[in-house]
Amino acid sequence: MKLTGKLKLLAAAAVAAGVLASVVPQGPAYAQSKAVAKEQYFPVLVYRTGAYAPNGVPFANGYVDYLKLVNARGGINGVKLVFDECETGYATDRGVECYERMKGRNGGATVFQPLSTGITFALTDKAPGDKIPLITAGYGRADTQDGMVFKWNFPLTGTYWVAADILIQHLGKKEGGLDRLKGKKIALVYHDSPYGKEPIPLLEERSKMHGFELLQIPVTAPGVEQKSAWLQVRQARPDYVLLWGWGVMNSAALKEAQATGYPRDKMYGVWWAGAEPDVKDVGEGAKGYNALALQHGAEPNSKVAKDILRDVHGKGQGTGPKEEVGQVLYMRGLTAAMFAVEGVRRAQERYGKGKVMSAEQARWGYENLALDQKKLDGLGFAGVLRPISTSCADHMGSAWARIHTWDGAKWNFTSDWLQADDQIIKPMVKASAAKYAGEKKIAPRTVADCQA
Amino acid sequence: MFYRENGQFKTSYRADQQILPIRQDRLLMAGLLVVAYLVVPWVASDYLLRAIILPFLILSLAAIGLNLLVGYCGQISLGHAAFMAVGAYAAYNLAVRVPGMNFLLVLLLAGVCAALVGALFGIPSLRIKGLYLAVATLAAQFFIDWMFARVKWFTNYASSGSVSTATVELFGWKIETPAEKYLFLLSVVSVLALAAKNLVRSHIGRSWMATRDMDVAAEVIGIRPVYAKLTAFAVSAFYVGVAGALWGFMHLGAWEPAAFGINVSLNLLFMIIIGGMGSILGSFFGAFFITVLPILLAQVPAMLGFNLSVETGSHLELMIFGALIVFFLIVEPHGLARLWAIGKEKLRLWPFPH
Repeated sequence: MKLTGKLKLLAAAAVAAGVLASVVPQGPAYAQSKAVAKEQYFPVLVYRTGAYAPNGVPFANGYVDYLKLVNARGGINGVKLVFDECETGYATDRGVECYERMKGRNGGATVFQPLSTGITFALTDKAPGDKIPLITAGYGRADTQDGMVFKWNFPLTGTYWVAADILIQHLGKKEGGLDRLKGKKIALVYHDSPYGKEPIPLLEERSKMHGFELLQIPVTAPGVEQKSAWLQVRQARPDYVLLWGWGVMNSAALKEAQATGYPRDKMYGVWWAGAEPDVKDVGEGAKGYNALALQHGAEPNSKVAKDILRDVHGKGQGTGPKEEVGQVLYMRGLTAAMFAVEGVRRAQERYGKGKVMSAEQARWGYENLALDQKKLDGLGFAGVLRPISTSCADHMGSAWARIHTWDGAKWNFTSDWLQADDQIIKPMVKASAAKYAGEKKIAPRTVADCQA
Repeated sequence: MFYRENGQFKTSYRADQQILPIRQDRLLMAGLLVVAYLVVPWVASDYLLRAIILPFLILSLAAIGLNLLVGYCGQISLGHAAFMAVGAYAAYNLAVRVPGMNFLLVLLLAGVCAALVGALFGIPSLRIKGLYLAVATLAAQFFIDWMFARVKWFTNYASSGSVSTATVELFGWKIETPAEKYLFLLSVVSVLALAAKNLVRSHIGRSWMATRDMDVAAEVIGIRPVYAKLTAFAVSAFYVGVAGALWGFMHLGAWEPAAFGINVSLNLLFMIIIGGMGSILGSFFGAFFITVLPILLAQVPAMLGFNLSVETGSHLELMIFGALIVFFLIVEPHGLARLWAIGKEKLRLWPFPH
């Protein structure tokens, strides 16, 4: 009677599956609580596991800590924030599933910030239908800067085209003028994904303008194995290496550079390749390595970091370890959360202070952000950020960045503020956005829609 | 008691050879279809449709495709995600370059493209067998991944290699809401699953199974191995290609070559191993197990009121999922479809086991 034993197992399994299945349809129950919502809901997509966790965790902690800080400061004009996390593991399909699961909760999601170019691409497709804005501060599609086509996307403070443009400008400055780049070789070592490929059009444009040679060296994700890429670097001996990596790829690249003997001070990372987890393991070996800073760098002395230590960590509410407060990626998460909150505050100015904003109302807030220096200083971001103001045509709001350099123990700023060249980026954004609109058969927004 | 075929006499060959010979099975299937068409679209929430049912249906179709090759013809493939990619990119290019083409035609042609590529990469199967063939099919995976990442024509010169699709329109019907997508997918999957079921019962399917069981003997009784193996590769790739096009257009909306990476190939293979090799029904079970179960597991702690941090939840999910795979494989190595069949046998005797 071996089969009966099996059958019992089968029955048990079937019951278990039934229980699971009965659990799922409760999804819409969240949506039904819509009418009674008194709190502003911020879903948080995180990746605390998987290959990219070392970078995902500090970002998530910073994001959540800032939301806690806003609650400790009394909310947005009295409206408290609620939030919960969903683990994506940096995987696009799980990210989309999280989005679907969270968008209706607690009266509706205010805004999503996926922190993954892949998830951003997928959600860009879905957000307009659900009328939920997406903030992709410093990542995502470069052409989403064009708010006339991408009504719901907000690549606040920078895109990869801005990053690439500023890096080339900086290299030009170092050489003593952009014309001196003629005949130079610049290698782009990139994560072989939309994230890594995003800067290529701009670099190609710049290479045509200034006559430098652009070598494209892809690294297969997640980027642990880079021997062949660095062999190419060794053979070609480029004057500079631009590093477009994320997660473990960055520290692996630095170790390979050390092994190949490529000078680290000729290496420039994008702002996702310039944080503590990238260089910590390499330590002294990464000394002299440069990276873009997306306005802020490591800011342990900023007022907002001190506020978090006092009002969040001081009350035992901190999300991560205390030491992490003020680190680069922690600050990145924190500023991302600040944008999310400030957009809602801006929307309240128009739709009623002290009220819960719908995602559509919040979108107006993100499109009309006016964070001047005074407001930023008041929030504790003095010296961390420059003013940001968005509009219908420009969903980015600011195109400034700095370079910081690792001295073996910490990141230090080593350049002035640099601004990306609008004359190069604007036409490219327009062309790319128009192509997207053509493919998707969407009509650009009218002027009237902008003023609404 | 209820599941008995007493009194159901077959008076013709036709009646004897139908797919579901027992009346109760036919009623069950009819009921299932009625529920799927008439009840689910109204009852299911958007989340349930978009995040669970749509991917489940599409991957079921892909699993059927792979099952035709691995389960019925005995040729192991580790490159089927690549054929999904061929289908998806073929559909994308057709939609972009030939505006106004009927989406059903797009799907069909995408399937045909995948079938051609599949047959091409099936050629090594004429010489190599078993695990060696599995390794050879990896070539398809890596070559096609590389091709879509590097040859810009396929992505219509998209700057970052990521493509996005427009809303699908069929005879003036805009397939936009999750319920509409669900109905469209359900129809496509039902028709193709029925076709697959009939195909494996036909002489083609029998020639595949003969090749699987012993290729020398099959040759002796007059089956041409070239024909059997290449048709299996082509038909299998056709199914998977259609599934790939649907995955791109109906589920993702925007994708990059990484969406059809090697892990998708492995997942498809796990689906048919757990679901049951050589079983159309098993493909559905397997797709459910691999795609839906992890999502359910991730939500169980919160539903039960445990307040776990997301990383603990995610680790727990992986552990339970792994344990379940091992459990089911130990209990029934022939897959969930076999468990289903045993359950049915038992039900016939129930409640009097003599």
